[in-house]
This record gives sequence, C-alpha cells and structure tokens, in this order.
Amino acid sequence: MIRKTVSGVQEALSGVQDGMTFMLGGFGLCGIPENAIAELVRLGVKDITCISNNAGVDDFGLGLLLQKHQIKKMISSYVGENDEFERQMLSGALEVELTPQGTLAEKCRAAQAGFPAFYTPAGYGTEVAEGKETREFNGKMYVLEQAYEADFSFVKAWKGDEAGNLIFKGTARNFNPAMCGAARITVAEVEELVPAGSLDPNHVHVPGIFVQRIFQGKAYEKRIEQRTVRKKEDA
Amino acid sequence: MLDKNGIAKRIAKEVKDGYYVNLGIGIPTLVANFVRDDIQVEFQSENGVLGMGPFPFEGEEDADIINAGKQTITTLPGASFFDSATSFGMIRGQHVHLTILGAMEVSEKGDIANWKIPGKMVKGMGGAMDLVASAENIIVAMMHTNRAGESKLLKQCSLPLTGVGCVKKIVTNLAVLEVTDEGFLLLERAPGTTVEAIRAATEGTLVVPAQVPEMKLD
Repeated sequence: MIRKTVSGVQEALSGVQDGMTFMLGGFGLCGIPENAIAELVRLGVKDITCISNNAGVDDFGLGLLLQKHQIKKMISSYVGENDEFERQMLSGALEVELTPQGTLAEKCRAAQAGFPAFYTPAGYGTEVAEGKETREFNGKMYVLEQAYEADFSFVKAWKGDEAGNLIFKGTARNFNPAMCGAARITVAEVEELVPAGSLDPNHVHVPGIFVQRIFQGKAYEKRIEQRTVRKKEDA
Repeated sequence: MLDKNGIAKRIAKEVKDGYYVNLGIGIPTLVANFVRDDIQVEFQSENGVLGMGPFPFEGEEDADIINAGKQTITTLPGASFFDSATSFGMIRGQHVHLTILGAMEVSEKGDIANWKIPGKMVKGMGGAMDLVASAENIIVAMMHTNRAGESKLLKQCSLPLTGVGCVKKIVTNLAVLEVTDEGFLLLERAPGTTVEAIRAATEGTLVVPAQVPEMKLD
C-alpha cells in the first residue's frame, strides 16, 4: 500500500502559489471541496485560474474566492446564480472562458488519461468553436478541444482510504472523478477517511493512483441551492 | 393557447416506450409530470443520474442528490449515478433518445440560441451545446413570442448560437411545428388558436398545409 494521507487541509495544500491553475470538483454546491476552498481563502492566493463547472453562489463555494478577488480567470460551463461573479465579469476584472459542460468534463478526463486533445461535436458553428480546428468525420462536423493543464485538482468524496481510493455518494460525484489525476497534484478531501482494507475494492470509484494527498474534511455544510420538496398529502 | 403545463402535456406525448430522456430546465422539467405511466421511460439529468424520480418529501431532501437545475430530487428503482464525463458520453454517444429543452430563439434552419444575450445576460451554455450537437431527437419547448411580443421563430437567430441545424420539432403555446427544408411546417394548432394568429406570431417562413388539426392533449 502506498500511503496518501496527510495531516489535514494545511498540509494538503502545501505548494499552492499565486498564479496557479486549479481544478475544483462539484456541480453547483453539490460535491464541492469545501475544506480546500476555505483554505485557499485563508491562504489568500491571488491571480488564480479555476476550472470548475460553476462558480458557487455569492457567499459559498467559489463565491468565497470571488469575494476576495482571488480569481483571475474562471473556466466554467454555467455561471448563473452569482451576482458578484456577474459584476466582476461585466467590469472586466474577471476573465471568463465558458465551455460546454461535456467538453469541460472531457478536457479534464483527457488530461487524466493522457490525451492531448479530442474531437467533439459540441459548439460547432458557435462562438465556442472560433479559432479552433474543425474536421468532418462520417458527414458530421467536430471541433478539436485540448486537454486542460492544471497545478492542483481539489476533489471531494464521500469515503476514502489511506491509499487514496475514493467512493462518491449520489450526484456529488459529478466532475470529481474526471479531475482526479488530471492535475500535477490531486488533493482529495473525504467525509470519512478509513484504514486501507476497509473499502471493498469492487466498490472503489476512483483508484488511489490518481490521488496524491487525502485527508478527512471537517464541518461540511453541504448547502442545498434549490430546496424543492413535495408535501406528503400530494402523493 | 396553452400555458406552460399545456406545452409540457403536449410534449409528453412525444415520449415513447423505452426512451431515455434528458429534460432541460423550465418547461421541459414539467414534462415528467405528464408522461403516461404504462410505458417504460427513464429521465437522465446530465449532472450524473438516470432514473430520476419526483421531488423528495419535506424533511427527506438530500444535498447529495440533485438534478441539473440544482433542485433536490429522488431516484426510482433501477436508477444509477455516474460522473460527468460518463454522463456526457451517454449524450454524445447518442444513448439518450430524446432531449427536450427551452430556447430564446429558433431559426427555420433548426439553429437554436439559448445561452447568451450579449451585454445583458451571460449565464453560460451548461450542457446545452453538448445536448443539441449530439441528440438525434430534439424538441424545443418555449413560448411562441418573447416578453416584448416578438417572434422567437425566426428566419435567422439574432443571438449567439447554441447549435446549428439541430432542432427538429418545436412545441409552443400556439403550435406544434417541424423544421423542414421549406421552413417551419405547421403540424398542429393549440386549442382555440387560429392559423392566422400563428402566422402573425411567426417571423420565419411558415408552411401551412391544407389541414392543420387542433392539438389533442389527452
């Protein structure tokens, strides 16, 4: 077994510097690396580029980094629900690269899997394809998209073991698996860190080879963005 | 003229036995409420779930189980969770049979615009560009005109495009239309809506056959 455990979030983020590019897992506020984001705020690193499907809300998730003006550039597919984001984008303070969601996921996965680039039909004929190579395969047009390059990936899992193996819960899985091993260093925070041998290898979603540092996260808020329920009498 | 639930009800009739279906945010989400219960259908949400069920009961919501609109949901027997790359593999690989989504504009060539109003609103395309570029069967659910009363069925889209030549069918509050080489082919009228009213609300080329039946919603 190759041990990946570190003492906590501070050790997990050692080496983080201004100007770096980070991948951050999560969809909306679901499955986001809450502890790593809090530590990035505490460290006050500046001019960072964040690859993340969304940009959080005003006072949670990546919104916390936006409040402190730590983000230079955001690479996302959808950035609604965040007024501070809109202000910084419209004023030109924040650079934004909007990318189709499936392309964003695949650019992470390509980095993980060693593909420099891939063809996708998404965005052909739109401004997303401007300046990019296009090519026809079997009568359909595709756009060449390149794999991301990042310094750190910050992911969040439900359970993990000392070897860095990860298991996710529900739709909190989202972008986290594709980001593992897609940056130079992958930091995984988990709700429950267990000894090696405690997870059934059949149930592991991400093998520990893709994770360099793992720690037990603290005080997960797991905020719900759109609480939608039905009443028992409606059933 | 139909309301949003009426549009959803009409689109639900397009959902066939054995379909995996992706529903966009807004009117498309309502379609799930009207699908016949004697057919087998699974709803996919691109954030990583197949077999989506209704909203949870109060007190049973789980922050880790949401749909692409970030709403808390439940799952049905047979459901599965997966990561985003796998999810878009299902979409790009055309394993999802039907995509239903909203639009700001649709052109008579089947182009769609629904992600950006330059200088005003930039929320991003989310999964829409992947969905429209890959799905074989795309239905647009929208109002026939915008809030200013202007037609959303145009000769050419004025807003930045989400996809090119991809929309096949459109269901609005006024009509069901098919995108053809000749333009928007008028298939059905909403209850109580005349062909003239539809023509007046359509900027793009409208092809009107001799008989245009009224929609049947039940």
